[in-house]
Amino acid sequence: MSKPAVEPSTIESAPRSFIGRLADNDLVASFLSSKITVAAGLITLILLLAAVFAPLIAPTNPFNPATNFLIDSLTPPRFAAGGDPRFLLGTDDQGRDMWSAILYGLRVSLLIGIFSVLFGGAIGITLGLIAGYTGGWIDAIIMRIADVQLTFPAILIALLLDGVAQALLKNSNREGTAFGVLVVSIGLSFWVQYARTVRGSTMVEKNRDYVQAARLVGLSPARILVRHILPNVMGPVLVIATINLALAIITEATLSFLGVGLPPTQPSLGTLIRIGQNFLFSGEWWIVTFPSLTLAILVLAVNLLGDWLRDALNPRLK
Amino acid sequence: MIAFIIRRLLASLGVLIAVGLIAFVMFRYVGDPVNQMVGIETPAAEREALRQQLGLNEPVIVQASRFLLNAARFDFGISYQFRQPVSVMIGARLPATLELAIVASILSLLAGVPLGVYSALRRDSALAKLFQALSLVGISLPTFLTGILLIYLFSVTLGWLPSFGRGAVVPIGSWWTTGLLTMSGLKSLIMPAITLALFQMTLIMRLVRAEMLEVLRADYIRFARARGLSERAVHFHHALKNTLVPVMTVVGLQLGSIVAFSIITETVFAWPGMGQLFLQSIQNVDIPIMAAYLLFIAFLFVIINLVVDLLYVIVDPRLRAAVHGASG
Repeated sequence: MSKPAVEPSTIESAPRSFIGRLADNDLVASFLSSKITVAAGLITLILLLAAVFAPLIAPTNPFNPATNFLIDSLTPPRFAAGGDPRFLLGTDDQGRDMWSAILYGLRVSLLIGIFSVLFGGAIGITLGLIAGYTGGWIDAIIMRIADVQLTFPAILIALLLDGVAQALLKNSNREGTAFGVLVVSIGLSFWVQYARTVRGSTMVEKNRDYVQAARLVGLSPARILVRHILPNVMGPVLVIATINLALAIITEATLSFLGVGLPPTQPSLGTLIRIGQNFLFSGEWWIVTFPSLTLAILVLAVNLLGDWLRDALNPRLK
Repeated sequence: MIAFIIRRLLASLGVLIAVGLIAFVMFRYVGDPVNQMVGIETPAAEREALRQQLGLNEPVIVQASRFLLNAARFDFGISYQFRQPVSVMIGARLPATLELAIVASILSLLAGVPLGVYSALRRDSALAKLFQALSLVGISLPTFLTGILLIYLFSVTLGWLPSFGRGAVVPIGSWWTTGLLTMSGLKSLIMPAITLALFQMTLIMRLVRAEMLEVLRADYIRFARARGLSERAVHFHHALKNTLVPVMTVVGLQLGSIVAFSIITETVFAWPGMGQLFLQSIQNVDIPIMAAYLLFIAFLFVIINLVVDLLYVIVDPRLRAAVHGASG
């Protein structure tokens, strides 16, 4: 009996690149197979486009005091009794068009969500790669910090970071810093999940032959991590990022609702809801209803996408 | 076993000290404590005297250890804004938060576990699918939106329930007050408790369902069926029992996060608890309260983690063997 030329372990399917898997027909097919997923994808796309093109779609710029007139304040929506055709969804107490305010608010909410996911992801992935690849005491320290942070709810950490940052920056203007402070606080409160996942996958990948080969060729660890290991651990990261986008949007809305997020001069959906809540008892229901609906639909759609992605990329469910 | 407990205790102490040091750094370096306590026109000599009195001129190590020792005795200093001892202020608001959190936890468990078991056992029924869909909505709905929705429905439209406050409270002992014994107290509790419980409930339900489905696929379940055991015995004695280990961890951690999430609920319903106090302290940069709240939450989480770890060993015989193996 002749020995096989190659050991079976070395012909195991070469790890396909993430992009390759994404373009894989399986994924597209599974996306199209569920009506709910397609609907969620469409809604997310529409909301994204609405946010990007808000200045073009919105009939007025809600933050330009020159176009807001107090005489228009608290107008009901167009379709309700006493509505004004100029204001599709009514106006708030300062005469701002709610439809425009929601479009701009959506833009802010999505921007903060995306940036904080990118920020938290970048930190988590970097630390995860380093911890998984080097092991030893570096790994121990990073993972110990992660463990401690994981015992606290992310929203609490975001709230605390936000509070401390505002205390440190209290002399500078809040409007200029609020956005960055929120991105950093929310991002830092979500890095742990990425780090743990990436570390786990890295520890598996680093013993694979292609990594050994890269090491033998003499590539630097940084290059191996970024060019060779990173593409192969991106699948689970994308799932976490999608689900975290929903969480980050909720967190930002919550912080803004609690009054420690964005100021009323550059409102996100959460700020709009905070403003609208004051009018709940006086009958001006539209001020709180429409931003709330937008937020709920946005988060639900992103969550559905995340659910689908998790199932689609999970080999155990195939 | 004892070695295991001691190891866990030491680890918990480590976490507490780490959080304590973070709290100290916040207290000492986020803003100047003296500037926060005195008025603008206080002369420099007086400031210096206060600085001396607070021990702010001593080495950092001395200050840090004094801060930790004081914290261990529940002495967190004086609130910058209210000029009262922080421990007294937190103590006065503790009952409101704990009552809300405990009622919400019980609610979420009582609803979440049966719903999860049902959705797993009858996974293809229309009702189970409805639960599953609703649970996703529940997860997507931020806590404050649930609260606003409930207020709009039951306070504004129907006028059945009060939208803010704790109602009438009855003192128990020297420092505890309860709203559970008066009609208005109970009525005030309903909406905040549901708001707080909803998110946890959906989490528990989805988790129980997922774990149960996983367990039901296991070989020993098939064997149990093959042995002719009733479905009831298989589901509740074999399947549910094995589902409970991971569920316990999450529920334990959720219990802690319920206290943290109560910040949001307390704001929506103007519930006079610790969360509201913490939020005010953030807005006013009242660092002693922030530090104390942080330590309190850390303490709570550490205790919960410890209890969960110990419960594991009691519930899961495999772990018991491992622990014995490791220590003996």
